[in-house]
Amino acid sequence: MKALTFSLLAEPEERLDLSGLTPAALAGLTALQIAKLRIGTGRNPVLAGDILKITGKDADSLVVEGSSSRLDKVGSRMIGGSIRVTGNVGNQAGREMSGGSLIIEGGAGDHAGSGMSGGRIEIKGNAGDNIGGPLAGEIVGMEGGVLIVNGKAGNYAGDRLRRGVIAILKGCGDYAGYRMIAGTIVVKGRVGAMPGYLMKRGSLLFDRRPENLVPTFMPCGEPDIAFSDLFDRFLVDEKILARPLLGQKPGRYGGDNAVSGKGEILFRRGR
Amino acid sequence: MQQLTRNGVVIDNTFAEAFGMRATAIVITAPTLGWARQAAITMTGYATSVIGCGCEAAIDVDLPESKTPDGRPGCRVMIFAMGTDELQKQLKSRLGQCVLTSPGSACFAGLEGSAPLDLGNALRYFGDGWQISKKFGGRHYWRVPVMDGEFLCEATTGLTKNAVGGGNLLFLAADNAKALHAAERAVAAIGKVPGAIMPFPGGVVRSGSKVGGKYKGMMASTNDAFAPTLRGVVNSALTPDVNAVLEVVIDGETSDAVAAAMRAGLKAVIDLGPKRGALRISAGNYGGKLGKFHYHLKDLLP
Repeated sequence: MKALTFSLLAEPEERLDLSGLTPAALAGLTALQIAKLRIGTGRNPVLAGDILKITGKDADSLVVEGSSSRLDKVGSRMIGGSIRVTGNVGNQAGREMSGGSLIIEGGAGDHAGSGMSGGRIEIKGNAGDNIGGPLAGEIVGMEGGVLIVNGKAGNYAGDRLRRGVIAILKGCGDYAGYRMIAGTIVVKGRVGAMPGYLMKRGSLLFDRRPENLVPTFMPCGEPDIAFSDLFDRFLVDEKILARPLLGQKPGRYGGDNAVSGKGEILFRRGR
Repeated sequence: MQQLTRNGVVIDNTFAEAFGMRATAIVITAPTLGWARQAAITMTGYATSVIGCGCEAAIDVDLPESKTPDGRPGCRVMIFAMGTDELQKQLKSRLGQCVLTSPGSACFAGLEGSAPLDLGNALRYFGDGWQISKKFGGRHYWRVPVMDGEFLCEATTGLTKNAVGGGNLLFLAADNAKALHAAERAVAAIGKVPGAIMPFPGGVVRSGSKVGGKYKGMMASTNDAFAPTLRGVVNSALTPDVNAVLEVVIDGETSDAVAAAMRAGLKAVIDLGPKRGALRISAGNYGGKLGKFHYHLKDLLP
């Protein structure tokens, strides 16, 4: 059965909320019913059929053909199946997702993977600020799953991360791991200012010695720990990285001692 | 008793009687195979028989770097007990005293079982608040800071209720050296069978037992029918040419593993022949009424 495909017919004139277009929500609906779903957010919201050409039947694997920074909440609250977007998306992609696979072949806006608790998001391009992070008023950010950004990520990556793995492959902005509760953030490439600022627990794993650290991070030597090999293997096995990130005997900083100080920055030495 | 002969070795038409047990397995790794084995040997010390040790344990196989979760050399250890609670208690205390303490060690689940048993979940408190929980790839690990770095330990391992304990072979020989030679050959062959362990010293037991005894409170006492020095004075199972008997006891993850191990042991000793090894091979049972699993030697011959 051919994948259920939504082709964007024109650049939307309002922001679109695609949170209703998930495999679980569309299972068993006819093309006509899907076309009547409201996805616009304006005063006279557009319906799915107004702006998307709907083809294919298999709702378990959705394809969104098109590219627009107004495509918000793609894959939001997804619990299974897969969604593939051929271009860029807007904000909150994969928000509160708990299972399945979301692949964005372009870039993503802010709050990608916000509050996700399971599943896998892969963004081939760059991502905006606050990936995995909570919206205003929420207490925790991402709570599980894997979020991969093949390009750059903006500021505050992994804000309030509690569990799960975020991997950023071409560097990130400032305050990576801001207020982290636990979990793991991997960054390959240049990291902006003050990574791990106010992190309580959790791990920041870098491919180089971090610059611009908060003074409340303390060097903890170069311990020979089995965890670095174990996690390197995980990254390679999951095809997140082609080669090990940390290597043996990574350098370590402990912090942020402005809060509980039980977090860590592990980094590959020699760079 | 009817008898069969293979390569000049007499095979008794009898069977080994074995029992259902609970078992678990863990993978211990270290910077070198030597230290991984050291942790495993320490952990499986004083674990020959559930009668006195609470559990039966031994190294199953050594694992190369490519087969361990963290890419360091290691070995798989199996532990058997009669009940889940006792198994958990033994696992926790042996892990805490023998593996956590061993230089450079790490510990992982070695079995996907029907229920979890605590590994790191039981030991994490040693970290005194500095322990680190890591969940990724569907697994849960604990990292406990210790003096040479970190003790990395998976949170849980699996429990199997399909394990079998008490498979055995008895090697009857003309003298001690030949009995030992036969037993060593059997141990070497059975060591290559995955999922089967031999918990006794070097895999061999010389004090085979019968159930009960003349003294009150003795759960087991010497197997007088197989003791050569008593051949003339008790109802002995030994013929005049036999002067030494050694036993190999096998615990397996499954009944098939026990059968495969006994088959491998039988073949090794039959190939050795009666001149250098055993004159006769037998097996221990309790008349077939106590144990659920019966392994007839005639079914396992090469």
